[in-house]
Amino acid sequence: MDSHPIERHIPRLRRYARALVGDRYAADDLVQDTLERAWNKLHLWREGSDMRAWLFAIMHNVFVNQVRSRRQEVERNMEELPVIAVRGTQGQELEMMDMDRALAALPEDQRAVILLVAVEQLTYEETSKALAVPIGTVMSRLSRGRERLRQITAGGDGLTSLKLVK
Amino acid sequence: MTDADLHAYVDGLLPASAVQRAEAHLAAHSEDAERVRAWREINLALRSQFNPVIDEPVPERLRIRPRFSRHRRFAVAAALVSTGIAIGGIGGWMTRGTFQETQQAANPLPTFARQAAMAHVVYAPEVRHPVEVGADQEDHLVRWLSKRLGTELKCPKLGAVGYELIGGRLLANPNGPVAHFMYQDKRGSRLTLYVSVQRGEARQTAFRFSQEDKVAVFYWIDGNYGYALSGELNRDVLLNVANVVYKQLNP
Repeated sequence: MDSHPIERHIPRLRRYARALVGDRYAADDLVQDTLERAWNKLHLWREGSDMRAWLFAIMHNVFVNQVRSRRQEVERNMEELPVIAVRGTQGQELEMMDMDRALAALPEDQRAVILLVAVEQLTYEETSKALAVPIGTVMSRLSRGRERLRQITAGGDGLTSLKLVK
Repeated sequence: MTDADLHAYVDGLLPASAVQRAEAHLAAHSEDAERVRAWREINLALRSQFNPVIDEPVPERLRIRPRFSRHRRFAVAAALVSTGIAIGGIGGWMTRGTFQETQQAANPLPTFARQAAMAHVVYAPEVRHPVEVGADQEDHLVRWLSKRLGTELKCPKLGAVGYELIGGRLLANPNGPVAHFMYQDKRGSRLTLYVSVQRGEARQTAFRFSQEDKVAVFYWIDGNYGYALSGELNRDVLLNVANVVYKQLNP
């Protein structure tokens, strides 16, 4: 079943969607909508070009189209997170919740750039293609987003340490 | 050293020739060095949080190629036809012999009830993946399907008639999303409740009954939604359950 290139990219699409959307099921909804569109538009994909970048571009379009209707739902889910965090007493769990909340505090466009660069490890040029914006825009979103994350995570309330638990 | 260079340094995208220059710059500018350190930690924290998603099993609903592949769709259709479930116009003549005679002529099933019977036949025998979201996450299941159908769904409790929720899944029909709940009794006999958006049909109907090969279906339309309860049960037993379902949905 995993023979088709689209299917091989599903885990990465899920990772990006999870980080982007926050909620596991809403993220898989996004992946599902992306895959449906990808299968339907497969004839438009140029053989030999980077399928991952193509899929991320489709996902971005789907996300942008849906972001307004989903915003409320996502925010509701984000509100539930502190409840989960109460359970965690170990550093790592709290740190994970913090990244979720920190990401949620970013505007979507900055969040997308940060995640494509930091987690998906796309180059700035690939990111610019996936999001259909100039490289200069990628750089300014990256810069603003990173500074904002830095401020949020440097909040110093004891729960927000970014020290990695090895 | 521009800010863009520093970001590229953090992301490993700075040309090798410039890396040494960046490091010299950071050694001499502690404020920049501090920003770079924080950015790098953010990168690492994000990766450590989200990389595990890669190793999760892919949910079945994302392996959608078969549903979209023409070839596979016809294969499924053919299999259904051979079990005696009619599919639209084609099925009518292919399976005429297997229908209970009078019903087909006098009472052609609304499309959604026929689809409900099909969904039951396809998913009820599933051993490993009968549902997408299990009853252990019932709240989430109901919230999720409610969102997809654009209404506040209720998931009836059928414990009083011996059936417990296994879970549910999202399906599609030509009118859009479908919520599919599955129940099971102690002997493993399964019921499915199929809730579908209705367009341009009756706004309200009484219970109707249809027998599709071995599958009995009670179905009704209420407002913008069609409900169908399917199971391999005799009519009276199923009617009893259908009444319970109906009462819970319309308290």
